This record gives sequence, structure tokens and C-alpha cells, in this order.
Amino acid sequence: MIEVDHLTKNYGPVAAIRDVSFSVSPGQIVGFLGPNGAGKSTTMRILSCFMPPSSGAAKVAGYDVFHQSMEVRRRIGYLPENVPLYTDMRVAPYLDFVAEVKGVGRADRRRRVADVMDRCLIADMQNRLIGKLSKGYRQRVGLAQAIVSDPDVLILDEPTIGLDPKQITEIRSLIKSLAGRHTVILSTHILPEVSMVCDAVIIINKGAIVAQGPIDSLVEQFFPTSRIEVEIAGPPPAVRDRIRAIPGVLTVHDQPPANGAARYTVEAARGRDVRAEIFQMAAQQRWDLLELKRVGMTLEEVFIRVVAGEESEEAAAAEVAADGAAS
Amino acid sequence: MRIWPIFKKELRLYFTSPVAWVVFTIFLLIGGYFFYSIFAFFTQASLQSAMNPQMGRELNVTDSVMRPLFSNISVILLLLMPLVTMRLFAEERRAGTIELLLTYPVRDGAVLAGKYLAALVLYAIMIGLTVLYPVIVVYFARLEWGPVLTGYLGLLLMGATFIAVGVFASSLTENQIVAAITTFGALLIFWILGWSADYAGGTAGRVLQFLSILEHNDSFSKGVLDTKDILYYVNFTALALFLTLRSLEARRWKG
Repeated sequence: MIEVDHLTKNYGPVAAIRDVSFSVSPGQIVGFLGPNGAGKSTTMRILSCFMPPSSGAAKVAGYDVFHQSMEVRRRIGYLPENVPLYTDMRVAPYLDFVAEVKGVGRADRRRRVADVMDRCLIADMQNRLIGKLSKGYRQRVGLAQAIVSDPDVLILDEPTIGLDPKQITEIRSLIKSLAGRHTVILSTHILPEVSMVCDAVIIINKGAIVAQGPIDSLVEQFFPTSRIEVEIAGPPPAVRDRIRAIPGVLTVHDQPPANGAARYTVEAARGRDVRAEIFQMAAQQRWDLLELKRVGMTLEEVFIRVVAGEESEEAAAAEVAADGAAS
Repeated sequence: MRIWPIFKKELRLYFTSPVAWVVFTIFLLIGGYFFYSIFAFFTQASLQSAMNPQMGRELNVTDSVMRPLFSNISVILLLLMPLVTMRLFAEERRAGTIELLLTYPVRDGAVLAGKYLAALVLYAIMIGLTVLYPVIVVYFARLEWGPVLTGYLGLLLMGATFIAVGVFASSLTENQIVAAITTFGALLIFWILGWSADYAGGTAGRVLQFLSILEHNDSFSKGVLDTKDILYYVNFTALALFLTLRSLEARRWKG
């Protein structure tokens, strides 16, 4: 549904995104992840036809965003980052205006606007001035204007930013309910959000894509190990050595002991479950086993590894370059 | 082309905000004052001419009331119109709503046309309200409607140009004040160009005279429809609107 091919956008001499390629299949919800300033909004602005790319091409629903911009625009709903709405209009007339501009016929419009207000839970606000609405309601009006024309593709730039936890949950479930009917690409830097809402992720850092794919396979790709946390009351060096001796265990990290017990983080080869062995070992040594649990690797860790890893690589490269210059 | 919804929205916005009402009030207040003083002066002059038939031959309402009135109204417009047009694009840019507007399935040209026509209609209503003045004149004196009609056509054409310049300035910035001052400055320069025409003399003088934005309005209020005046306003408007389109496109590339 969305195909992005070697996209680059320069702002003067600065490249906001470099050689970005990805694709999204119909009905999917894809999370677009990255630290602030990574190029998320730039990519979304290109996809929404707000600005043309410097080079490369992007296709939405089979149409080129630059050459067939009108065709693309008819098929998308876009929610920009700061939710720009006409603050001096009222909710219902505003949505009616958007529907009309998007080419929804007069006969359909009233029904469509009412339906979208119901879905976004803003029906009781329909006669309010948008400028007088709270942030959460504005966000929903923004979402409502994106889906009012029932577009194939939704481009949502940080749809839950600045909301309170209850509103975040509501907006998320709303977005989730859009899956299947619409293809959604949403950017965020709230990582749990992506695991909750999205089928796949694209991680972008400093204008380039650093990882992409379904969440599970990304976790597997970046963490080929399984992790266990254990708390044992026993002499830390001895405990560490015993755990390390268990076959399959790769590394053991211990955290400072508290109340006579220490916590250890154990990494073992993926597929090896060493919990039973740790229990046996503790029992044999007559150490009290206080806690033993498996820790699921989260997207957050993938993200930190990918983004931070790149930074340390770059720092290393810079050092090498500096050394080269010095010698 | 989906001009209609944008036109509707913009025009409604003028009237749901205080803008239209404030502009109308101020315009009619100052316009009314000008009309009163011109008409009062005319009354006095007619009274004097009763004793001096020589003078009476020169006196008629078209030349002595309507013409100066049209030229005075032009000056109010020069000050007022930048304030009417400054919002059109600058506000959208400041609030970021332009990002949504320019990703809806409407061409930039339709967005521009909708906004431009909304301001033009507001303007037409505004000068339409001054029809009250010639109606009052007709009550007291015999008025030739021809020159009044062409006078209004002249005002309409000139206003169309003012609005086009204002829309262009508004598309250049996200600051409404900057847009208003730029418009006012540009219009004022094209107005005072005509002043230097007298002492520039020769071809240069004629060129300056021709460029002057108010100069072209005078013949309309005399009842003369000259193609060169009509073309001046039409071309000026078209050029400003064309530049606006280019400016909108340039902004897209810059992001």
C-alpha cells in the first residue's frame, strides 16, 4: 500500500532523511520509531504530499506522491504532529468542511460526519469551538478529520503526544480499531505504544532506517539470547560462578546485594531454558532462591541497542578518523 | 476544482470573527465623514453660486461630490485592505493548518482562488454599503448614474488589485503584521509613484504616471472606461496572484 524507494530529503545542505526505503502492506499498522529529529515527520510529510522529496520516490496506493499527488491525496488521511486545526471553527462544521474539501458528496456528508464523531467520541462536543477544546478532544477531532473521507491510508504523526494516560488508551484503541479497514502508518517515540498497537516497526535514526520488520522477528534478530532474572541469598562471587557453570549460560551480571540477597541477570542461548538448572543448583548449595523469572526482550531494548549502537559505532569511526588525521 | 468549500469557510470566518464587522464599521465611519464634508462643501458652493451664475456653470454633483468621494474612499481602502487580507495565508502558516490544507485533494490554485474570492466578496459588500451616499445625493440633486456606475467598477477593480497584493504578501510570511505592512508599503509605493511623475517629466514621467495605482482610478469616476486602466488592474491582479502561487509552491519545496 505504501512503497518508499530510496527517499532523500535535503533542507539546504542538511539531509533530513537519506536513502530511506520501506514498504507497508494493506491493512497493516506500522509504527515509525525514532528519536526526536530522526526524520519521522519529514518522511510523513513527503508521504502526505505536503512536500516533495529531493530524490527517490514514494508510492501510496500505487500512485506516486509527486507526479500523481491528487490521486494520493484522495486516498490518505493525515494528522500532522501538532494537530493544526481551525481554532475559530466549531467541531461539526469543521468536519463538514474537511469532508467537502476531500470530495465527500453532499448526500453522504452529514452521515459521514456524524459517524466519525461517534467513532472518535466527540459527538457531545460538536457545537464547541475547537479552540476551546482540551488537548485530548482536539487530538480526536484531528483523528476524525483524517478518517472522515474513509481513506485507504492513514498517516498519523505522533497521535498520542501530550495526552493523559486515559486518553492515550482511548486513542490507541481507536487506532487499533482502524486496522484492516485502513493501512496505518504512525510515528511515535513511546515504545510500548508500538508493541501494543502495531504489527511491524520501522526504526529510523539520523535520517536513515536502522531496522525494520515485525516486532518479534526484530527482537530475535537483535537479541539472540533469552534473559532470566534471579535473586539468590548466597555469597555473590560463588553464586555467579555456579550460574556461569551451567551449560548454555553466556553471561551473568550481578546487581548490588540488598538484605543479604543479590540479583543476577543471566543471559542464555535462545531456546535454552536454564531456570530448572538454576533452581537445582541453588537447592544443592542450600542457598535460598528468592526469585526466578524470565524476562521478555522488549522493543525498547531493541530500540536502545539499535539507536545507541549506531551512536557508539559513529563515535568509534570518528575516533579512527581523528587518529588517522593525527598520524 | 473545489473552490467552493474554501470560499465558504473563509467568508464565514470573516463574519464569525469580529474582522468583517470592525472593518465595515470603521470604513463606513470614515467614508461617511468624508461624504458629509464633501457634500456640505458642495451645498455651500451651490448657495454661493446662486449669487454668482458664472460659478454655477462649473458645478455638478458628479464632478464635485462623487469624484472626490471615490478618491477619498480609495485612500481609506489603501489603509484598510491590508488588514483584511493579512490573515489569509499567514495565519494558516503560523497555526500550521496549511499543512493539512495543502494535503487535501485540492490544487494550490483552488485554495488561492477560494481565499481570494472570499476577500473580494467581503470587499464588494463593503463598497456596496456606500451606495447609500449617491442615493442620498439623488434625493437632493440630479445625479448622472453612468459615472457613478463606472466609478464603482473602478473601485472594484482597484480593490481586486489591493487584495491580490495583500494575498501575495500574506503568502510570504507567517506573521500577520509583516504581511499587512508589506502590503501597505507596496500599495503606497505604487501610489506615490504618480507624485514624482510631474517633475520627472518626459517618458520617465509618463511611465511613472502609468504605474501609479490610484491614477488609473480617476478616469473611472469621470465616467470613462479606458481599456488601458482596466488592463492595468487586471494585469496587476493576475501578476500578484501568479506570484502567490509560485510562493506557495516554493514553500512546499523548502518544507
